[in-house]
Amino acid sequence: MGGWERVPQLVVYGLVSGSIITLGAIGLSLTYSILRFSNFAHGDLMTSGAYLGLAFLALFSPLLPGRFGPLSFGPALIPATILAMAANAALAIGIDRLVYRHLRRAKAVLLLMVSVGVAFLLRNLILFSAGADPLYFSHHIQRAIRFGSIQLKADQLFILGVAVLAVFLLHVLLRYTKTGKAMRAMADNRELAQVSGINTERVVAWTWGVGAALAALGGILSGIENKLVTPELGWQTLLPLFAAVILGGIGSPYGAMLGGMTIGLAEEVSTAFIPTSYKPAVAFGLLVLMLLVRPQGLFGRK
Amino acid sequence: MEILAGILNYLAFFAITAGVYAVLTLGLNVQWGYTGLFNIGVAGFYAVGAYTSALVSGPPPGALDWRTFGGWGLPFPLGLLSAAGVAAFLALLIGWITIRLKEDYLAIASIGIAEVLRLVIKNEAWLTNGVWGLKNIPSPLFGSVQKGVDGLLASHPDLPTWAASLLKGAYNWVYLALLLGVIAVLYFLLERALRSPWGRVLRAIREDEVAAAAQGKNVAAFKLQAFVLGSGIMGLAGSLYAHYARFLSVEKFEPFYGTFIVWVMLVAGGSGNNKGAILGAFLIWGLWAGTDFLTGFLPLSDVRANALRVALVGLVLILILLLRPRGILGEEKFVSRLFKG
Repeated sequence: MGGWERVPQLVVYGLVSGSIITLGAIGLSLTYSILRFSNFAHGDLMTSGAYLGLAFLALFSPLLPGRFGPLSFGPALIPATILAMAANAALAIGIDRLVYRHLRRAKAVLLLMVSVGVAFLLRNLILFSAGADPLYFSHHIQRAIRFGSIQLKADQLFILGVAVLAVFLLHVLLRYTKTGKAMRAMADNRELAQVSGINTERVVAWTWGVGAALAALGGILSGIENKLVTPELGWQTLLPLFAAVILGGIGSPYGAMLGGMTIGLAEEVSTAFIPTSYKPAVAFGLLVLMLLVRPQGLFGRK
Repeated sequence: MEILAGILNYLAFFAITAGVYAVLTLGLNVQWGYTGLFNIGVAGFYAVGAYTSALVSGPPPGALDWRTFGGWGLPFPLGLLSAAGVAAFLALLIGWITIRLKEDYLAIASIGIAEVLRLVIKNEAWLTNGVWGLKNIPSPLFGSVQKGVDGLLASHPDLPTWAASLLKGAYNWVYLALLLGVIAVLYFLLERALRSPWGRVLRAIREDEVAAAAQGKNVAAFKLQAFVLGSGIMGLAGSLYAHYARFLSVEKFEPFYGTFIVWVMLVAGGSGNNKGAILGAFLIWGLWAGTDFLTGFLPLSDVRANALRVALVGLVLILILLLRPRGILGEEKFVSRLFKG
């Protein structure tokens, strides 16, 4: 059943989930290249961002009621998203101040272990305050637009557009601003960056801030696409995030984009041929394949 | 007296669970404590051991079962050995791919394999009975102990209730003795290995891989051996759990129960120290059970109470790593006998 004729439709789904993965993977890649450790709590930063988004949405919905034409949400989502991104950035910087700052000179693997602790702490604080039941971004049922054999919802076009915009803004930040240049310099050589007068603590704060803001955006977009969020969101996304980052080359934000889209597409298209329940295993399979063939990733340096 | 009997029965149950965790922690200590290998897929090897042992030593599929495979009813020691063997083989496959790469990759690959195995347990009902779980896994010597207890109860009908309740819980003490025996043997062997030249190479690799390689040591081979040995021990723990719990389902191998708490145990007790590993297992399991008791007083739903407890364990890990990274016992210093003078 299904098989090849379902592929065009699944490609559309893949692009949507790929852009959500990409937004998470960029932050993971940034923290890796500047702080030099794999942050296992990054998925849970997506969850915290999504829940912050929900909280602000509840705040703004009475002030800004209504919906945008064919979309499932209204004007309240825009300030809610921006504030959630800012609050999530503050949360990540706060965690850094409280925890990671004391471990700047520690071995990467110790930071990795601490991040596992942070992941469990964060996820369970969310679970404690919001409960295990899914929370809804919208109850609105959307009608899909048909293009030949492909169905597309207005929300999905919106998600793709927002993701492209976010990636473009990140590109501008990294390429043309002083902060972006300092971030790239620090990724290349921390000591050299420091002796050339770069305030490394400021760069670290920017890295957490940008990564967590993008994670919040990814979490909120995932909530819009799936209509709901659960505290497990981040954990379920963690494997695809790492697969994306490794595929693109760990530490390369542009690689993370390519990796994110590839993983999203592969996961969705695979459902035409294998049981849907094994979707998370596809990301893992690609990850293992990449480790076997080209461990430094597509864009990575040895 | 009756309360005392209840407490004693609970103590046996508590010690068995903590003992299974002690075996897991000893396995992780070989990987992380001795060698510095970052395995955060402990649950995967634990699950493979548990299911292997259940399929090897368990009963054949019943009329109401979905599974169609396994249940050969072989003796318990064979189940135990095959659990360790299959988990070790899985570790060989993963290690072969990732051991030469950066430590992050081993971490990611191990978490991945644990998650994929959970999908397999959930979806491959022909093998694992899926979400219905594997039932009626036999406990070793259960029949003979039960017979003895029944005999005693029948011949002494005038026993006070507390003594009868203690007798009814007798099997747990038998299993605990068996488990402590396994831990003792394991501890002895691991201490021997740690103090051997082989153990010294592992610690040399942990401290400075490049220096160890410069000494002519085959770093990848030693790391792979430590990874396979540690995972085999985790498989053993799975078997010991399966034959006590007599029932397996996928929830028992969630990342928290299967992996995270084991890490906290090792780090709390003192990684690199086998005594610390065992101490950490009992201590953290005590903390976990104690908080269960405490949150019972709070007006919280089960989900929220549990979340609070897990968050607390996470906080404990972070605080230990920040304030006392060597753990309670810390690593013992070894000085070669030649220098002791």
